[in-house]
Amino acid sequence: MWVLRLGRCFSGAASGGASSGSRLARAAPGGGRQEAAGDPGCKGRVFQNPTWQHVEQTPLSQKKVTVEVLDHLERLALVDFRNWEGVQQLEKAIQFADQLHAVNTEGVEPMDSVLEDRCLYLREDNITEGNCTEELLQNAKEKVEEYFVAPPGNIPLAKLEERDTCLQVSK
Amino acid sequence: MLRVSLREISAALKEGQVSPTELCQRCLSLIKATKFLNAYITVAEDTALKQAEESEKRYRTGQTLGNLDGIPFAVKDNFSTAGIETTCASNMLKGYIPPYNATVVQKLLDQGAVLLGKTNLDEFAMGSGSTDGIFGPVKNPWSYSRQYREKHVQHSHTENEDSNWLITGGSSGGSAAAVSSFTCFVALGSDTGGSTRNPASHCGVVGLKPTYGLVSRHGLIPLVNSMDVPGILTRCVDDAAIVLGILAGHDPKDSTTVQDTFKPFELPSFIDVSKLCIGIPKEYHTPGLSSETLALWAKAADLFENAGAKVVDVNLPHTHYSIVCYHVLCTAEVASNMARFDGLEYGHRSNMDQSTEVMYAATRREGFNYVVRGRILSGNYFLLKQNYENYFVKAQKVRRLIANDFVNVFNRGIDVLLTPTTLTDTIPYLEFIKEDNRTRSAQDDIFTQAANLAGLPAISVPTALSEKGLPIGLQFIGQAFQEMQLLTVAKWFEKQMKFPMVQLQGVMDEGHTVSHHQKSAFFS
Repeated sequence: MWVLRLGRCFSGAASGGASSGSRLARAAPGGGRQEAAGDPGCKGRVFQNPTWQHVEQTPLSQKKVTVEVLDHLERLALVDFRNWEGVQQLEKAIQFADQLHAVNTEGVEPMDSVLEDRCLYLREDNITEGNCTEELLQNAKEKVEEYFVAPPGNIPLAKLEERDTCLQVSK
Repeated sequence: MLRVSLREISAALKEGQVSPTELCQRCLSLIKATKFLNAYITVAEDTALKQAEESEKRYRTGQTLGNLDGIPFAVKDNFSTAGIETTCASNMLKGYIPPYNATVVQKLLDQGAVLLGKTNLDEFAMGSGSTDGIFGPVKNPWSYSRQYREKHVQHSHTENEDSNWLITGGSSGGSAAAVSSFTCFVALGSDTGGSTRNPASHCGVVGLKPTYGLVSRHGLIPLVNSMDVPGILTRCVDDAAIVLGILAGHDPKDSTTVQDTFKPFELPSFIDVSKLCIGIPKEYHTPGLSSETLALWAKAADLFENAGAKVVDVNLPHTHYSIVCYHVLCTAEVASNMARFDGLEYGHRSNMDQSTEVMYAATRREGFNYVVRGRILSGNYFLLKQNYENYFVKAQKVRRLIANDFVNVFNRGIDVLLTPTTLTDTIPYLEFIKEDNRTRSAQDDIFTQAANLAGLPAISVPTALSEKGLPIGLQFIGQAFQEMQLLTVAKWFEKQMKFPMVQLQGVMDEGHTVSHHQKSAFFS
């Protein structure tokens, strides 16, 4: 697992150093035409050395997820972890994502879409297509007349102890 | 004949030097001869020949539909194609036959182009190697090239010719391999984090990712709705411009396409780059970048400078966090998009039927591979109430910072950015699988995914061969909806570099039994 450091700007473990993000922004001033304009001799050049380094993360800071949360995830997603490797994958993914906390996002609005400045296209509410029941039913495995057939609903997934899941082992 | 550009083959068809059916048959033969590459999942031989015959009729009566009439193309298997199985290389959609064509596929068919088949990919386009689909990995045609074989010394006498083959990169590896091995003239891929540009770089072809909102996603089985775009893979930049001209534009069926009228453009033959300002983002020099790629990057910068362009260092300060941001947003959107696969209306359905929940869970257990399951579970974790603000919303904020980085750079007068596409040239499959899919994606997408986060157009242009004789591509990132400028710069660069054509004759001599007819089709 690697954590980001910029050269000599050490910032401790991934989850700490909330200022490292802003340090990153401040450490690299200007750039672009202004810099070139200020110094006519300065030419754009591909940086000779990597501008940052990877650092191995200590095992102590590895995230542990409780079995309750894992069970909850399996129920929400209706997808199973299959084995403890799957759980470890999740923990690694969380650890990786934790690096985000180093960025200073004060006053920044979340961005849903890059096209947020535009109006969504709404067409006229007229029927332009349809009547394709047979076509659509062709892909379904279980059907009766024009219905998709589902097993009985409103039955929650079995509790952890009664399910066939690798998470049982720890309980 | 199969190696020429779109423009040249179109001219040949118009002049009657070759007929659409003959062209189609040659491509189909070549697909059979290169089956070992595993680039195609489905070859639609009958429908392709039928389309070719209809094209031939049109040529005879002088009523062709356009420049692409009769030209064979391939499509990544996550685009819906009516009547042709669309699997996304997953058990979940094995046997699924969509009742409609994706808009981009329909647009090409409306131009008279001939659909040869569906190409291989990573399952649900998740991956950077085209190795994790249920139909097996795709092999890079360059593994069999003379250029690679001459430089590659077999290290042990037990290593046979084929055991150390190279990956194509991903996830549109099948499409890239199809174009690279001359089985079609253009292929469609999808690009969410670099899935078109990465294999383009590794297979020595041009990979274009248009601006988000320019090309319709209707029919493209979604991975990340806010970042996906259909990608175009061709053998030269001109071809990419031609195809973009057909595919771009508002689609009422995709409300995320912009309503601006798109004017197809032709790239100029004489290009002057002296008025351009090229930006070199400092932060893209990351650890892991091979010295060869670095040298090529520097050489490219010098090339522009010597031609009179202004080449300057620029800062994209949040580059380091873009891969993390992408990881969170991608898994979160995947968790949402994959929820539609429950076995009820289409796709795989489990036999367990005690309840809907049990059936859904079993269907998804049986249908998805470990990569898809892993991303769904991670995504759900980041979307949990207790984590939503800290991970998902946080990532959305970081996304804005990253998008703003680009805006700031372009506002300062930079026209186009020049960066590497991949860290190194391609690697052997046995090497690639030493790390898991997520780790590899995090490593390989490093230069490409920022353009997806910001929605900007980007193109990978094959630049030169590495010391091993393998392709290295460089990437240009342009301003939103400025594809003409981007492609013009790319075309100029392509002309300067004169990237060599892959020499695949060698493969025919190595025991692959090929009929005389197929052999002549290959060599023509």
